[in-house]
Amino acid sequence: MSVAIELKGIEKNYPGVVANHDVEITIAKGNIHAIIGENGAGKSTLMKILYGMVKPDAGTIAIFESPATIKSPQDAIGLGIGMVHQHFMLADNATVLENIVLGSEPMKAKVVVDYAKAREHLQNIIKTYGLDINPDDLVADLGVGVRQRVEIAKVLFRGAKILILDEPTAVLVPQEVDDLFKNLKGLTKNGLTIIFISHKLDEVMAIADSITVMRQGTTVANLVPAKTNKKELAEYMIGGELPSPRPATTKPREEKVLVVTNASANDRTGREILHSINLEIHAGEILGLAGVEGNGQSELIELIMGLVKPDAGSVVTVGLDTQDSTLREIRDHGVGYIPQDRQRDGLMMAATLWENRILGHQQTKPMSNGIWIDKGAAKSDSERIIKEFDVRTPSNAVLANALSGGNQQKFIVGREMSGDPKMLIAAQPTRGVDVGAQAIIWDHLIEARRNGTGVLLVSADLDELFTLSDRIAVIFRGTIVDYLDPRKTTPEQLGLAMTGEKIA
Amino acid sequence: MKRVNRFFWALAAPLAAVLFTLIFVSIILLMKGANPLSTFQLIASYGSQPENLVAELNQTVAYYLAGVAAAIGFRMLLFNIGIDGQYRLAIFIAAVVGGATNLPAFLEVPLIIITGVVVGALWASIAGYLKVKRNISEVISNIMLNTIASGLIIYMLQPGRFGLKGGLSDNLATPTIPKSGWLPSLHIMGGELYSFAFVAIAVGVLYWVVLNKSVFGFNLRATGMSFRAARASGVNAPRMVFITMALSGAIAGLTGMGELLSHTHTYSLAFPTGYALTGLALALLGRSNPIGIAIAAFFWAFLEQAAPALDLNGVPKEIVMMMQGTIILATVTSYEIVKRITRRQQQRLVGAAEAPRVDADAKGVKS
Repeated sequence: MSVAIELKGIEKNYPGVVANHDVEITIAKGNIHAIIGENGAGKSTLMKILYGMVKPDAGTIAIFESPATIKSPQDAIGLGIGMVHQHFMLADNATVLENIVLGSEPMKAKVVVDYAKAREHLQNIIKTYGLDINPDDLVADLGVGVRQRVEIAKVLFRGAKILILDEPTAVLVPQEVDDLFKNLKGLTKNGLTIIFISHKLDEVMAIADSITVMRQGTTVANLVPAKTNKKELAEYMIGGELPSPRPATTKPREEKVLVVTNASANDRTGREILHSINLEIHAGEILGLAGVEGNGQSELIELIMGLVKPDAGSVVTVGLDTQDSTLREIRDHGVGYIPQDRQRDGLMMAATLWENRILGHQQTKPMSNGIWIDKGAAKSDSERIIKEFDVRTPSNAVLANALSGGNQQKFIVGREMSGDPKMLIAAQPTRGVDVGAQAIIWDHLIEARRNGTGVLLVSADLDELFTLSDRIAVIFRGTIVDYLDPRKTTPEQLGLAMTGEKIA
Repeated sequence: MKRVNRFFWALAAPLAAVLFTLIFVSIILLMKGANPLSTFQLIASYGSQPENLVAELNQTVAYYLAGVAAAIGFRMLLFNIGIDGQYRLAIFIAAVVGGATNLPAFLEVPLIIITGVVVGALWASIAGYLKVKRNISEVISNIMLNTIASGLIIYMLQPGRFGLKGGLSDNLATPTIPKSGWLPSLHIMGGELYSFAFVAIAVGVLYWVVLNKSVFGFNLRATGMSFRAARASGVNAPRMVFITMALSGAIAGLTGMGELLSHTHTYSLAFPTGYALTGLALALLGRSNPIGIAIAAFFWAFLEQAAPALDLNGVPKEIVMMMQGTIILATVTSYEIVKRITRRQQQRLVGAAEAPRVDADAKGVKS
């Protein structure tokens, strides 16, 4: 068995923080090697080292059994290392072929792009690895799964022999994940080596040939799936027992916090984006909203909060008809909102935590008193959130942008649950946060439910939907296509429903 | 301890910028064959003569108001380059209104001031409206509005409309405001300090209190820091942008009011242009902080007052502009450096806060 990558004693220090130390990983050629760990465990620093974006302070790297110094991504590509980023970097208004050659164009007489040659090369790659893409499709018309294959083809086009995939399944539905895994198997059959970064343990167990667990910047275990289990992996990741959410024992109440009746909404161009939506949430109920991203979830949230008014039908949020209420009135009436994009919609990144505590509550007690902000109340209540939600920060005077994503999210969740809202809109509340933060957030969502808050849980994480929801509504192309009972549904059925298939 | 640290860094940036500027200008002076030390002494001694000091203070008030007007815009990430047009149109119409009325002083003076404020706000709100409703950059629309304001003023200043020919200069001017619309000056240091300075101080206090203590100010700053987060928090963010533009224009409308009320009592084309750029530069220098802007404005006025003396002593007076330009660049740069240093310090603290508890967890790892 030949070795594709060998990392020995890798160390990287940032001022005050050790990002990586004593990292030891050996990856066999032709293997799918998973690297798992919580956020901040050092996975991304390690990958940046491997891809030449960060220079290690100590340690050795060997690629295909010869020592290597990787000073830049160009070096990495030269050594046959390619990176498929989590966020796709594709130009929408160009074709697949154009996107793939961009930046490494074969030239005719050094002036003209030799598309014929590029096409031939790409066709070879498509055939060899069984990637289902069409060079002439416009990227704008492609779904997420296909776009990911284009990204993979792009890396292969540059001659990669080792592929680094950074959380590749984060944006996919179960069926797309299956397709991706088939493709990955196809790649390794042809001798490619794959590094698969993830924190979804199911997937790692399903696809990896070998697994490395990282914690606090170092590698804590090297395992093979056959000889381990999810529980053990999770314990290695967090260095202790995994807290499990308390089971929900309360029943939803009679009272309704949201009533959407036959609501439709058009975008600015007059195109219908939401079609005849019917949705009800009771107090003390968690309604999961499942769907592939971009099927109208964000528009539905805006509709519920009154930012978008229905063109037909009605929306009554916490007893207010949104048609003649402002967002301010609706929020002040007891609506908490955990936005999907926390850094853009949930925080003032350049402001302190206590100032961020005020956001959304600036016109209600105790954060303000008439026309004046109550700084003291904001400071003391931000202290409370920091304690109750385990936000790890030296003080409430730290700027929001200094915290890690998980801690930012815990702070937002704490803020939005302040003052016991009647309704809580939680959009991807645990996306990109580590297992520990996820457990805390789940716990608090269940707690809110017990206290009689009606929760709309918008999530792409099926695990989350199944764990928390009392009912699951499935949204597809701007309309609710199905209601499912999480206790009587399998993830596969839910995945199918999300792609618009009716469950028989 | 922490407070001392923050105080140190807040002062370090401007001091470093001043030091850099002095060194840089010294090099230029040496290259020109002039003695830097004696040049700086000349500026300092000429600028600090009592009668010059009063003139500087009067100029400071005008610059200060332009600076505060720009600073309000900055808080919303608005670049109000239209201060020039807003202020001139405001002063012109205020002068016309003042010249056409003759109320008792306690009504006449406020009437003139309020006219200026309202005109400045209205003129700026054109740009605000275009920005919010039509997504047109306020920079572009304000530059155009400046030109339109100039044309409008010249048109309306023609004899037979609102203008008169004659007076001391040959300039076209509005009819003189009656005495009831005059604001007295304070006689100090052998000069006449416009009492409008007190209005400027009040504006500065109001600016600080409203922005930092009130719900309205919070909404304004939140919208400036993150439009989307403010919107999600329930703020009517587009309206906030519009209001901020109008407020910036309202303060711009006070710029030059001291001169009108206490000195010229008439608007003529002799009123200076270029307050927009100066105001923006001062807001930048003063970090949008009212005291910072005041210091910067005085510094500006001081240098400009001293400039003519340089020419008389064989040093080109353009050296003053060079100092002004250098200090803006140096200040912006040094604040950015300080920001990075303090951010790194903070990240280190955050890293330390995250680490120990992770360690405690690690000890609990099962065998």
